[in-house]
Amino acid sequence: MRNPRVGWALLSPTLIILLIFGFAPFLYVLVVGFFDWNVFSAQDGLVFSGLDNFRRLVFDELFLTSVGLTIRFAVFAIGSEIVLGFVLAQMLTRNFPGKSLFRIIHTFPLMVAPIAVGAVWRLLVIPGFGPVPYFLDRWFDLTYQIGSYPDQALMTSVIMDVWHWTPFVTLTMLAGLSSIPREPVEQAKVDGANRLQVFWYVTLPFLRPVLLTTVFIRIMDAIRTVDEVWMLAGGGPGTRFSGIYIWRVTSPAASADWGYGSAVSLITLYLTIVLCWLLFIAISGRRKGEVE
Amino acid sequence: MTTSPRRRFWRYFSTYAFWALMTLITLIPIWWMLVVSMRTRVELFGRPNLMLSRIYLENYSNVLTDSTFQRYMTNSLVVSTANALLVMILALLATYALSRYKLAGRDNIFFWLITNRMAPPAAFLLPLYIMFTRTFRLGDWTLFDTQLGLILLYCVFNLPFAIWLLKGVVDGIPIELDDAAMIDGAGLWGVLRHVIIPLAAPGLAVTGILSWIFAWNEYLFAANLTSVVARTITTALAEFVTVTGTNWGELAAMSMITLVPSAIIVIFAQRYIVMGLTFGAVKE
Repeated sequence: MRNPRVGWALLSPTLIILLIFGFAPFLYVLVVGFFDWNVFSAQDGLVFSGLDNFRRLVFDELFLTSVGLTIRFAVFAIGSEIVLGFVLAQMLTRNFPGKSLFRIIHTFPLMVAPIAVGAVWRLLVIPGFGPVPYFLDRWFDLTYQIGSYPDQALMTSVIMDVWHWTPFVTLTMLAGLSSIPREPVEQAKVDGANRLQVFWYVTLPFLRPVLLTTVFIRIMDAIRTVDEVWMLAGGGPGTRFSGIYIWRVTSPAASADWGYGSAVSLITLYLTIVLCWLLFIAISGRRKGEVE
Repeated sequence: MTTSPRRRFWRYFSTYAFWALMTLITLIPIWWMLVVSMRTRVELFGRPNLMLSRIYLENYSNVLTDSTFQRYMTNSLVVSTANALLVMILALLATYALSRYKLAGRDNIFFWLITNRMAPPAAFLLPLYIMFTRTFRLGDWTLFDTQLGLILLYCVFNLPFAIWLLKGVVDGIPIELDDAAMIDGAGLWGVLRHVIIPLAAPGLAVTGILSWIFAWNEYLFAANLTSVVARTITTALAEFVTVTGTNWGELAAMSMITLVPSAIIVIFAQRYIVMGLTFGAVKE
Protein backbone atom coordinates (compact mmCIF):
# COMPACT_ATOMS: atom_id res chain seq x y z
CA MET A 1 0.00 0.00 0.00
CA ARG A 2 2.83 2.37 0.83
CA ASN A 3 5.29 2.45 -1.99
CA PRO A 4 8.79 3.41 -0.78
CA ARG A 5 9.31 5.31 -4.02
CA VAL A 6 6.63 7.78 -3.00
CA GLY A 7 8.44 8.17 0.31
CA TRP A 8 11.71 8.95 -1.41
CA ALA A 9 9.95 11.42 -3.66
CA LEU A 10 8.57 13.23 -0.63
CA LEU A 11 11.97 13.25 1.05
CA SER A 12 13.98 14.22 -2.01
CA PRO A 13 13.56 18.04 -2.02
CA THR A 14 14.89 18.16 1.55
CA LEU A 15 17.75 15.81 0.75
CA ILE A 16 18.71 17.76 -2.38
CA ILE A 17 18.79 21.12 -0.62
CA LEU A 18 20.81 19.78 2.30
CA LEU A 19 23.23 17.92 0.03
CA ILE A 20 23.89 21.02 -2.05
CA PHE A 21 24.05 23.67 0.66
CA GLY A 22 25.12 21.59 3.67
CA PHE A 23 27.16 18.62 2.53
CA ALA A 24 28.88 19.94 -0.60
CA PRO A 25 30.58 22.85 1.26
CA PHE A 26 31.81 20.37 3.85
CA LEU A 27 33.34 18.13 1.16
CA TYR A 28 34.87 21.18 -0.43
CA VAL A 29 36.56 22.27 2.78
CA LEU A 30 37.72 18.72 3.35
CA VAL A 31 39.46 18.62 -0.03
CA VAL A 32 40.78 22.15 -0.40
CA GLY A 33 42.42 22.06 3.02
CA PHE A 34 45.07 19.78 1.50
CA PHE A 35 45.82 22.05 -1.45
CA ASP A 36 47.85 25.13 -1.97
CA TRP A 37 45.38 27.58 -3.42
CA ASN A 38 45.33 31.32 -2.96
CA VAL A 39 44.50 34.46 -4.86
CA PHE A 40 47.90 34.47 -6.60
CA SER A 41 47.88 30.87 -7.70
CA ALA A 42 44.20 30.85 -8.66
CA GLN A 43 45.10 30.80 -12.36
CA ASP A 44 47.17 27.63 -12.00
CA GLY A 45 44.38 25.88 -10.14
CA LEU A 46 44.83 23.66 -7.12
CA VAL A 47 48.28 22.38 -6.23
CA PHE A 48 48.35 19.46 -3.86
CA SER A 49 50.41 20.35 -0.80
CA GLY A 50 49.67 17.54 1.63
CA LEU A 51 49.73 18.74 5.20
CA ASP A 52 51.49 22.04 4.51
CA ASN A 53 48.47 24.12 5.48
CA PHE A 54 48.18 22.27 8.75
CA ARG A 55 51.89 22.63 9.48
CA ARG A 56 51.55 26.36 8.94
CA LEU A 57 48.60 26.46 11.26
CA VAL A 58 50.53 25.01 14.20
CA PHE A 59 52.93 27.96 14.03
CA ASP A 60 50.28 30.59 13.32
CA GLU A 61 50.43 32.73 16.42
CA LEU A 62 47.19 34.55 15.65
CA PHE A 63 45.32 31.28 15.37
CA LEU A 64 46.76 29.92 18.60
CA THR A 65 45.95 33.12 20.46
CA SER A 66 42.41 33.01 19.13
CA VAL A 67 41.97 29.43 20.31
CA GLY A 68 43.29 30.33 23.76
CA LEU A 69 40.98 33.31 24.02
CA THR A 70 38.01 31.25 22.89
CA ILE A 71 38.70 28.63 25.53
CA ARG A 72 38.90 31.28 28.27
CA PHE A 73 35.74 32.91 26.96
CA ALA A 74 33.88 29.59 26.84
CA VAL A 75 34.99 28.50 30.33
CA PHE A 76 34.05 31.78 32.03
CA ALA A 77 30.81 32.27 30.13
CA ILE A 78 29.48 28.72 30.22
CA GLY A 79 30.53 28.23 33.85
CA SER A 80 28.61 31.30 34.99
CA GLU A 81 25.63 30.48 32.81
CA ILE A 82 25.29 26.98 34.22
CA VAL A 83 25.46 28.12 37.86
CA LEU A 84 23.17 31.12 37.35
CA GLY A 85 20.77 29.19 35.13
CA PHE A 86 20.46 26.44 37.71
CA VAL A 87 19.74 28.88 40.53
CA LEU A 88 17.14 30.69 38.43
CA ALA A 89 15.49 27.44 37.36
CA GLN A 90 15.34 26.35 40.99
CA MET A 91 13.64 29.64 41.84
CA LEU A 92 11.13 29.03 39.05
CA THR A 93 10.10 25.60 40.37
CA ARG A 94 8.35 27.37 43.25
CA ASN A 95 4.90 28.74 42.61
CA PHE A 96 4.21 32.39 43.14
CA PRO A 97 1.85 34.84 41.48
CA GLY A 98 3.38 36.57 38.48
CA LYS A 99 5.88 33.78 37.84
CA SER A 100 5.09 33.45 34.15
CA LEU A 101 5.52 37.19 33.60
CA PHE A 102 9.00 37.09 35.11
CA ARG A 103 9.82 34.05 33.02
CA ILE A 104 8.71 35.73 29.80
CA ILE A 105 10.81 38.81 30.50
CA HIS A 106 13.78 36.62 31.44
CA THR A 107 13.44 34.70 28.14
CA PHE A 108 13.48 37.82 26.03
CA PRO A 109 17.26 38.09 25.27
CA LEU A 110 17.18 34.61 23.71
CA MET A 111 15.24 35.65 20.67
CA VAL A 112 17.15 38.87 20.06
CA ALA A 113 19.36 38.77 16.97
CA PRO A 114 23.01 38.31 18.05
CA ILE A 115 23.99 41.32 16.01
CA ALA A 116 21.41 43.42 17.89
CA VAL A 117 22.74 42.09 21.20
CA GLY A 118 26.14 43.35 20.11
CA ALA A 119 24.61 46.73 19.27
CA VAL A 120 22.85 46.95 22.63
CA TRP A 121 26.04 46.29 24.56
CA ARG A 122 28.12 48.52 22.40
CA LEU A 123 25.83 51.39 23.28
CA LEU A 124 26.29 50.56 26.97
CA VAL A 125 30.07 50.47 26.96
CA ILE A 126 31.00 53.02 24.34
CA PRO A 127 33.37 55.68 25.69
CA GLY A 128 31.88 59.15 25.65
CA PHE A 129 28.25 58.45 26.39
CA GLY A 130 27.87 54.86 27.54
CA PRO A 131 26.78 54.63 31.17
CA VAL A 132 29.12 51.76 32.05
CA PRO A 133 32.46 53.57 31.57
CA TYR A 134 31.01 56.72 33.11
CA PHE A 135 29.77 55.15 36.33
CA LEU A 136 32.76 52.85 36.72
CA ASP A 137 34.99 55.86 36.49
CA ARG A 138 32.92 57.90 38.90
CA TRP A 139 32.15 55.35 41.57
CA PHE A 140 35.18 53.10 41.43
CA ASP A 141 37.72 55.32 39.78
CA LEU A 142 38.26 52.64 37.18
CA THR A 143 39.35 53.38 33.64
CA TYR A 144 37.16 51.24 31.44
CA GLN A 145 38.16 51.10 27.78
CA ILE A 146 37.51 47.86 25.94
CA GLY A 147 39.42 49.21 22.96
CA SER A 148 42.66 49.34 24.93
CA TYR A 149 42.42 46.67 27.63
CA PRO A 150 42.15 43.09 26.35
CA ASP A 151 41.03 41.73 29.74
CA GLN A 152 38.17 44.18 29.96
CA ALA A 153 37.12 43.33 26.42
CA LEU A 154 37.14 39.63 27.23
CA MET A 155 35.16 40.14 30.43
CA THR A 156 32.65 42.37 28.68
CA SER A 157 32.14 39.69 26.03
CA VAL A 158 31.64 37.12 28.78
CA ILE A 159 29.07 39.30 30.57
CA MET A 160 27.27 39.94 27.30
CA ASP A 161 27.17 36.23 26.55
CA VAL A 162 25.86 35.52 30.05
CA TRP A 163 23.13 38.12 29.56
CA HIS A 164 22.20 36.62 26.21
CA TRP A 165 22.31 32.90 26.99
CA THR A 166 21.61 32.34 30.71
CA PRO A 167 17.85 32.28 29.94
CA PHE A 168 18.48 29.33 27.64
CA VAL A 169 20.21 27.42 30.44
CA THR A 170 17.41 28.38 32.83
CA LEU A 171 14.77 26.98 30.51
CA THR A 172 16.60 23.71 29.81
CA MET A 173 17.32 23.25 33.54
CA LEU A 174 13.70 23.99 34.32
CA ALA A 175 12.66 21.32 31.84
CA GLY A 176 15.14 18.94 33.48
CA LEU A 177 14.11 19.79 37.05
CA SER A 178 10.42 19.38 36.37
CA SER A 179 10.96 15.90 34.94
CA ILE A 180 12.66 14.63 38.12
CA PRO A 181 10.31 12.21 39.90
CA ARG A 182 9.26 13.29 43.38
CA GLU A 183 9.67 9.96 45.20
CA PRO A 184 13.50 9.74 45.34
CA VAL A 185 13.69 13.29 46.68
CA GLU A 186 11.07 12.58 49.33
CA GLN A 187 12.76 9.32 50.25
CA ALA A 188 16.14 10.97 50.62
CA LYS A 189 14.56 13.56 52.93
CA VAL A 190 12.92 10.84 54.99
CA ASP A 191 16.30 9.17 55.27
CA GLY A 192 17.60 12.37 56.82
CA ALA A 193 19.54 13.88 53.92
CA ASN A 194 20.05 17.61 54.11
CA ARG A 195 19.46 19.94 51.18
CA LEU A 196 22.99 19.75 49.88
CA GLN A 197 22.99 15.97 50.00
CA VAL A 198 19.66 15.81 48.18
CA PHE A 199 21.06 18.08 45.53
CA TRP A 200 24.30 16.17 45.15
CA TYR A 201 23.03 12.59 45.29
CA VAL A 202 19.53 12.88 43.83
CA THR A 203 18.94 16.03 41.80
CA LEU A 204 22.31 16.20 40.06
CA PRO A 205 22.37 12.61 38.73
CA PHE A 206 18.85 13.04 37.36
CA LEU A 207 19.81 16.34 35.79
CA ARG A 208 22.98 15.03 34.18
CA PRO A 209 21.64 14.32 30.65
CA VAL A 210 20.05 17.74 30.38
CA LEU A 211 23.14 19.37 31.83
CA LEU A 212 25.31 17.58 29.30
CA THR A 213 23.14 18.55 26.34
CA THR A 214 23.09 22.15 27.47
CA VAL A 215 26.88 22.31 27.85
CA PHE A 216 27.37 20.72 24.42
CA ILE A 217 25.12 23.22 22.73
CA ARG A 218 26.70 26.14 24.54
CA ILE A 219 30.22 24.96 23.62
CA MET A 220 29.30 24.63 19.97
CA ASP A 221 27.80 28.12 20.08
CA ALA A 222 30.72 29.66 21.95
CA ILE A 223 33.20 28.34 19.41
CA ARG A 224 31.32 29.88 16.55
CA THR A 225 30.49 33.20 18.23
CA VAL A 226 31.10 35.91 15.67
CA ASP A 227 28.29 38.42 15.20
CA GLU A 228 27.76 39.79 18.67
CA VAL A 229 31.38 40.05 19.73
CA TRP A 230 32.30 41.58 16.41
CA MET A 231 29.55 44.14 16.83
CA LEU A 232 30.62 44.84 20.43
CA ALA A 233 34.30 45.42 19.91
CA GLY A 234 35.00 45.20 16.21
CA GLY A 235 37.47 42.39 16.80
CA GLY A 236 39.61 44.52 19.09
CA PRO A 237 42.14 43.07 21.54
CA GLY A 238 40.74 40.48 23.87
CA THR A 239 37.91 39.51 21.54
CA ARG A 240 39.86 37.92 18.72
CA PHE A 241 38.09 34.63 19.22
CA SER A 242 38.58 31.72 16.90
CA GLY A 243 35.12 32.19 15.41
CA ILE A 244 36.14 35.67 14.37
CA TYR A 245 39.54 34.46 13.23
CA ILE A 246 37.98 31.77 11.04
CA TRP A 247 35.64 34.33 9.68
CA ARG A 248 38.53 36.64 8.83
CA VAL A 249 40.54 33.85 7.23
CA THR A 250 37.71 32.29 5.29
CA SER A 251 35.63 35.37 4.56
CA PRO A 252 35.51 35.64 0.77
CA ALA A 253 35.92 39.40 0.90
CA ALA A 254 38.84 39.64 3.30
CA SER A 255 40.79 36.49 2.66
CA ALA A 256 43.20 35.70 -0.11
CA ASP A 257 44.35 32.24 0.93
CA TRP A 258 41.57 29.73 0.40
CA GLY A 259 43.53 26.55 1.00
CA TYR A 260 44.72 27.79 4.38
CA GLY A 261 41.27 29.08 5.30
CA SER A 262 39.83 25.64 4.62
CA ALA A 263 42.50 24.02 6.81
CA VAL A 264 41.58 26.38 9.66
CA SER A 265 37.89 25.52 9.23
CA LEU A 266 38.65 21.81 9.28
CA ILE A 267 40.78 22.00 12.41
CA THR A 268 38.11 23.98 14.20
CA LEU A 269 35.44 21.48 13.26
CA TYR A 270 37.72 18.72 14.46
CA LEU A 271 38.50 20.49 17.75
CA THR A 272 34.79 21.06 18.39
CA ILE A 273 34.05 17.38 17.94
CA VAL A 274 36.99 16.23 20.06
CA LEU A 275 36.15 18.68 22.84
CA CYS A 276 32.54 17.53 23.02
CA TRP A 277 33.61 13.90 22.89
CA LEU A 278 36.16 14.29 25.70
CA LEU A 279 33.60 16.06 27.82
CA PHE A 280 31.16 13.28 27.19
CA ILE A 281 33.70 10.62 28.18
CA ALA A 282 34.72 12.54 31.29
CA ILE A 283 31.18 12.98 32.53
CA SER A 284 29.78 9.59 31.63
CA GLY A 285 32.94 7.90 32.95
CA ARG A 286 32.56 9.55 36.32
CA ARG A 287 28.96 8.52 36.42
CA LYS A 288 29.87 4.90 35.90
CA GLY A 289 32.41 5.10 38.71
CA GLU A 290 29.77 6.41 41.06
CA VAL A 291 27.38 3.58 40.35
CA GLU A 292 30.00 0.98 41.22
CA MET B 1 4.50 21.65 58.15
CA THR B 2 3.01 25.02 58.97
CA THR B 3 4.76 28.22 58.12
CA SER B 4 4.14 31.33 60.14
CA PRO B 5 2.71 34.33 58.29
CA ARG B 6 5.90 36.20 59.00
CA ARG B 7 8.08 33.58 57.34
CA ARG B 8 5.74 33.38 54.43
CA PHE B 9 5.97 37.14 54.05
CA TRP B 10 9.76 37.01 53.96
CA ARG B 11 9.74 34.18 51.50
CA TYR B 12 7.49 36.11 49.11
CA PHE B 13 9.45 39.26 49.70
CA SER B 14 12.79 37.64 48.87
CA THR B 15 11.35 35.91 45.81
CA TYR B 16 9.97 39.13 44.40
CA ALA B 17 13.07 41.13 45.29
CA PHE B 18 15.20 38.55 43.49
CA TRP B 19 13.06 38.52 40.37
CA ALA B 20 12.73 42.27 40.31
CA LEU B 21 16.52 42.45 40.28
CA MET B 22 16.74 39.86 37.49
CA THR B 23 14.13 41.70 35.44
CA LEU B 24 16.07 44.91 35.91
CA ILE B 25 19.30 43.29 34.72
CA THR B 26 17.53 41.82 31.69
CA LEU B 27 15.84 45.04 30.73
CA ILE B 28 18.45 47.73 31.48
CA PRO B 29 20.49 47.20 28.28
CA ILE B 30 17.33 47.32 26.18
CA TRP B 31 16.01 50.29 28.12
CA TRP B 32 19.27 52.14 27.44
CA MET B 33 18.90 51.41 23.74
CA LEU B 34 15.38 52.84 23.82
CA VAL B 35 16.70 55.94 25.59
CA VAL B 36 19.50 56.38 23.04
CA SER B 37 17.05 55.93 20.17
CA MET B 38 15.04 58.87 21.48
CA ARG B 39 17.87 61.35 21.78
CA THR B 40 19.52 63.76 19.39
CA ARG B 41 23.21 63.48 18.75
CA VAL B 42 23.98 66.38 21.07
CA GLU B 43 21.88 65.09 23.94
CA LEU B 44 23.80 61.83 24.02
CA PHE B 45 27.10 63.17 25.22
CA GLY B 46 27.97 64.39 28.67
CA ARG B 47 26.67 62.77 31.82
CA PRO B 48 24.73 59.62 30.88
CA ASN B 49 21.13 60.13 31.81
CA LEU B 50 19.27 56.87 32.24
CA MET B 51 15.88 58.53 32.27
CA LEU B 52 13.80 59.17 29.19
CA SER B 53 13.64 62.95 29.02
CA ARG B 54 11.17 63.31 26.17
CA ILE B 55 9.64 61.39 23.30
CA TYR B 56 11.75 62.23 20.29
CA LEU B 57 10.95 60.12 17.27
CA GLU B 58 13.06 61.67 14.54
CA ASN B 59 15.62 58.85 14.59
CA TYR B 60 12.82 56.40 13.89
CA SER B 61 11.32 58.46 11.11
CA ASN B 62 14.76 58.99 9.54
CA VAL B 63 15.44 55.27 9.55
CA LEU B 64 11.99 54.26 8.36
CA THR B 65 11.95 56.71 5.46
CA ASP B 66 15.46 55.86 4.29
CA SER B 67 15.08 53.97 1.00
CA THR B 68 18.13 51.73 1.59
CA PHE B 69 16.81 50.71 4.96
CA GLN B 70 13.38 50.07 3.48
CA ARG B 71 14.94 47.76 0.92
CA TYR B 72 16.86 45.88 3.64
CA MET B 73 13.70 45.58 5.66
CA THR B 74 11.71 44.27 2.69
CA ASN B 75 14.46 41.77 1.94
CA SER B 76 14.44 40.53 5.52
CA LEU B 77 10.67 40.18 5.50
CA VAL B 78 10.62 38.39 2.14
CA VAL B 79 13.51 36.06 2.96
CA SER B 80 12.25 35.12 6.43
CA THR B 81 8.68 34.58 5.32
CA ALA B 82 9.54 32.60 2.19
CA ASN B 83 12.07 30.54 4.10
CA ALA B 84 9.59 29.77 6.89
CA LEU B 85 6.94 28.68 4.37
CA LEU B 86 9.40 26.57 2.40
CA VAL B 87 10.71 24.95 5.58
CA MET B 88 7.20 24.15 6.78
CA ILE B 89 6.26 22.49 3.47
CA LEU B 90 9.49 20.54 2.97
CA ALA B 91 9.70 19.49 6.61
CA LEU B 92 6.11 18.25 6.58
CA LEU B 93 6.73 16.14 3.45
CA ALA B 94 10.03 14.84 4.82
CA THR B 95 8.66 13.92 8.24
CA TYR B 96 5.66 12.25 6.66
CA ALA B 97 8.01 10.18 4.50
CA LEU B 98 10.26 9.31 7.45
CA SER B 99 7.35 8.46 9.68
CA ARG B 100 5.10 6.44 7.34
CA TYR B 101 7.30 4.76 4.75
CA LYS B 102 9.79 1.95 5.26
CA LEU B 103 12.83 3.58 3.68
CA ALA B 104 16.25 1.92 3.68
CA GLY B 105 18.53 3.57 6.23
CA ARG B 106 15.74 5.71 7.60
CA ASP B 107 17.36 6.32 11.01
CA ASN B 108 20.71 7.22 9.48
CA ILE B 109 19.09 9.70 7.14
CA PHE B 110 17.29 11.27 10.07
CA PHE B 111 20.52 11.58 12.06
CA TRP B 112 22.41 13.01 9.10
CA LEU B 113 19.69 15.60 8.53
CA ILE B 114 20.12 16.81 12.08
CA THR B 115 23.92 17.03 12.03
CA ASN B 116 23.56 19.73 9.36
CA ARG B 117 22.69 22.21 12.07
CA MET B 118 25.81 21.66 14.17
CA ALA B 119 28.54 22.96 11.89
CA PRO B 120 30.04 26.41 12.56
CA PRO B 121 28.74 28.62 9.74
CA ALA B 122 31.96 30.59 9.38
CA ALA B 123 33.73 27.41 8.25
CA PHE B 124 31.55 27.12 5.14
CA LEU B 125 31.53 30.70 3.97
CA LEU B 126 34.21 30.24 1.36
CA PRO B 127 32.77 27.22 -0.50
CA LEU B 128 29.33 28.77 -0.35
CA TYR B 129 30.66 31.99 -1.78
CA ILE B 130 32.26 30.11 -4.67
CA MET B 131 29.11 28.09 -5.25
CA PHE B 132 26.97 31.21 -5.20
CA THR B 133 29.16 33.21 -7.57
CA ARG B 134 30.39 30.54 -9.97
CA THR B 135 28.55 27.23 -9.77
CA PHE B 136 24.99 28.50 -9.92
CA ARG B 137 25.08 30.74 -12.91
CA LEU B 138 22.80 31.34 -15.86
CA GLY B 139 24.32 33.88 -18.21
CA ASP B 140 24.69 37.01 -16.12
CA TRP B 141 22.53 35.75 -13.30
CA THR B 142 24.14 34.18 -10.26
CA LEU B 143 22.75 33.03 -6.96
CA PHE B 144 24.98 35.59 -5.26
CA ASP B 145 23.15 38.62 -3.88
CA THR B 146 19.68 37.20 -4.48
CA GLN B 147 16.83 36.62 -2.06
CA LEU B 148 16.46 33.12 -3.50
CA GLY B 149 20.03 32.24 -2.46
CA LEU B 150 19.38 33.18 1.17
CA ILE B 151 15.99 31.49 1.20
CA LEU B 152 17.52 28.19 0.08
CA LEU B 153 20.62 28.51 2.25
CA TYR B 154 18.69 29.16 5.46
CA CYS B 155 17.05 25.77 4.96
CA VAL B 156 20.37 24.24 6.02
CA PHE B 157 19.92 25.27 9.63
CA ASN B 158 16.10 25.53 9.72
CA LEU B 159 15.12 22.21 8.11
CA PRO B 160 16.94 19.95 10.59
CA PHE B 161 15.25 21.43 13.63
CA ALA B 162 11.90 21.63 11.84
CA ILE B 163 12.09 17.94 10.99
CA TRP B 164 13.05 17.13 14.59
CA LEU B 165 10.12 19.06 15.93
CA LEU B 166 7.59 17.73 13.43
CA LYS B 167 8.77 14.13 13.63
CA GLY B 168 7.35 13.79 17.11
CA VAL B 169 4.11 15.42 16.03
CA VAL B 170 3.56 13.26 12.94
CA ASP B 171 4.61 10.08 14.78
CA GLY B 172 1.93 10.90 17.31
CA ILE B 173 -0.87 10.89 14.72
CA PRO B 174 -2.31 7.33 14.61
CA ILE B 175 -1.57 5.63 11.32
CA GLU B 176 -5.12 4.19 11.38
CA LEU B 177 -6.45 7.63 10.53
CA ASP B 178 -4.34 7.63 7.34
CA ASP B 179 -5.60 4.17 6.46
CA ALA B 180 -9.22 5.09 7.08
CA ALA B 181 -8.91 8.11 4.80
CA MET B 182 -7.26 5.97 2.13
CA ILE B 183 -10.05 3.40 2.30
CA ASP B 184 -12.49 6.25 1.79
CA GLY B 185 -10.65 6.93 -1.45
CA ALA B 186 -8.27 9.72 -0.44
CA GLY B 187 -4.94 9.83 -2.24
CA LEU B 188 -1.66 10.99 -0.73
CA TRP B 189 -2.60 14.67 -1.00
CA GLY B 190 -6.00 13.96 0.44
CA VAL B 191 -4.44 12.30 3.49
CA LEU B 192 -2.01 15.17 3.95
CA ARG B 193 -4.69 17.80 3.56
CA HIS B 194 -7.51 16.28 5.57
CA VAL B 195 -5.66 14.24 8.21
CA ILE B 196 -2.06 15.28 8.75
CA ILE B 197 -2.16 19.05 8.30
CA PRO B 198 -5.17 19.71 10.56
CA LEU B 199 -3.79 17.48 13.33
CA ALA B 200 -0.22 18.79 13.05
CA ALA B 201 -1.26 22.42 12.75
CA PRO B 202 0.03 23.63 16.16
CA GLY B 203 3.40 21.96 15.60
CA LEU B 204 3.57 23.38 12.08
CA ALA B 205 2.83 26.86 13.37
CA VAL B 206 5.61 26.70 15.97
CA THR B 207 8.00 25.38 13.32
CA GLY B 208 7.14 28.26 11.04
CA ILE B 209 7.47 30.88 13.76
CA LEU B 210 10.86 29.67 14.97
CA SER B 211 12.21 29.26 11.42
CA TRP B 212 11.07 32.78 10.71
CA ILE B 213 12.92 34.22 13.69
CA PHE B 214 16.13 32.27 13.00
CA ALA B 215 16.12 33.56 9.42
CA TRP B 216 15.34 37.09 10.58
CA ASN B 217 18.25 37.04 13.05
CA GLU B 218 20.86 35.52 10.73
CA TYR B 219 23.83 37.72 9.95
CA LEU B 220 26.98 35.92 8.81
CA PHE B 221 25.67 34.38 5.59
CA ALA B 222 23.66 37.45 4.69
CA ALA B 223 26.70 39.67 5.14
CA ASN B 224 28.98 37.53 2.99
CA LEU B 225 26.65 36.23 0.31
CA THR B 226 24.89 39.44 -0.63
CA SER B 227 26.29 42.79 -1.66
CA VAL B 228 23.67 45.38 -2.58
CA VAL B 229 20.35 44.06 -3.79
CA ALA B 230 19.48 41.35 -1.29
CA ARG B 231 21.04 42.68 1.93
CA THR B 232 19.02 42.14 5.08
CA ILE B 233 18.29 44.20 8.15
CA THR B 234 20.94 42.56 10.36
CA THR B 235 23.69 43.52 7.91
CA ALA B 236 22.34 47.07 8.00
CA LEU B 237 23.06 47.17 11.73
CA ALA B 238 26.66 46.13 11.23
CA GLU B 239 27.24 48.45 8.29
CA PHE B 240 25.91 51.36 10.21
CA VAL B 241 28.73 51.19 12.70
CA THR B 242 31.56 51.03 10.21
CA VAL B 243 30.32 53.46 7.58
CA THR B 244 28.68 56.33 9.38
CA GLY B 245 29.90 55.32 12.83
CA THR B 246 28.61 58.35 14.62
CA ASN B 247 24.84 58.40 14.51
CA TRP B 248 24.12 56.23 17.51
CA GLY B 249 20.53 57.39 17.82
CA GLU B 250 19.65 55.95 14.43
CA LEU B 251 21.57 52.75 15.13
CA ALA B 252 19.58 52.32 18.33
CA ALA B 253 16.32 53.05 16.52
CA MET B 254 17.19 50.46 13.89
CA SER B 255 18.03 47.88 16.57
CA MET B 256 14.75 48.57 18.34
CA ILE B 257 12.89 47.93 15.07
CA THR B 258 14.79 44.64 14.68
CA LEU B 259 13.71 43.60 18.17
CA VAL B 260 9.97 43.90 17.58
CA PRO B 261 9.40 40.42 16.09
CA SER B 262 11.52 38.84 18.82
CA ALA B 263 9.40 40.40 21.53
CA ILE B 264 6.20 39.15 19.93
CA ILE B 265 7.57 35.67 19.50
CA VAL B 266 8.83 35.36 23.06
CA ILE B 267 5.31 36.02 24.26
CA PHE B 268 3.59 33.56 21.94
CA ALA B 269 6.06 30.74 21.37
CA GLN B 270 7.90 30.87 24.69
CA ARG B 271 7.34 27.22 25.54
CA TYR B 272 8.85 26.01 22.29
CA ILE B 273 11.98 28.13 22.24
CA VAL B 274 14.06 25.52 24.05
CA MET B 275 12.95 22.76 21.71
CA GLY B 276 13.89 24.96 18.79
CA LEU B 277 17.33 25.85 20.12
CA THR B 278 18.28 22.33 21.18
CA PHE B 279 16.66 20.74 18.16
CA GLY B 280 14.41 18.80 20.43
CA ALA B 281 17.06 17.25 22.68
CA VAL B 282 15.45 18.96 25.68
CA LYS B 283 11.68 18.92 25.72
CA GLU B 284 9.59 21.14 27.90
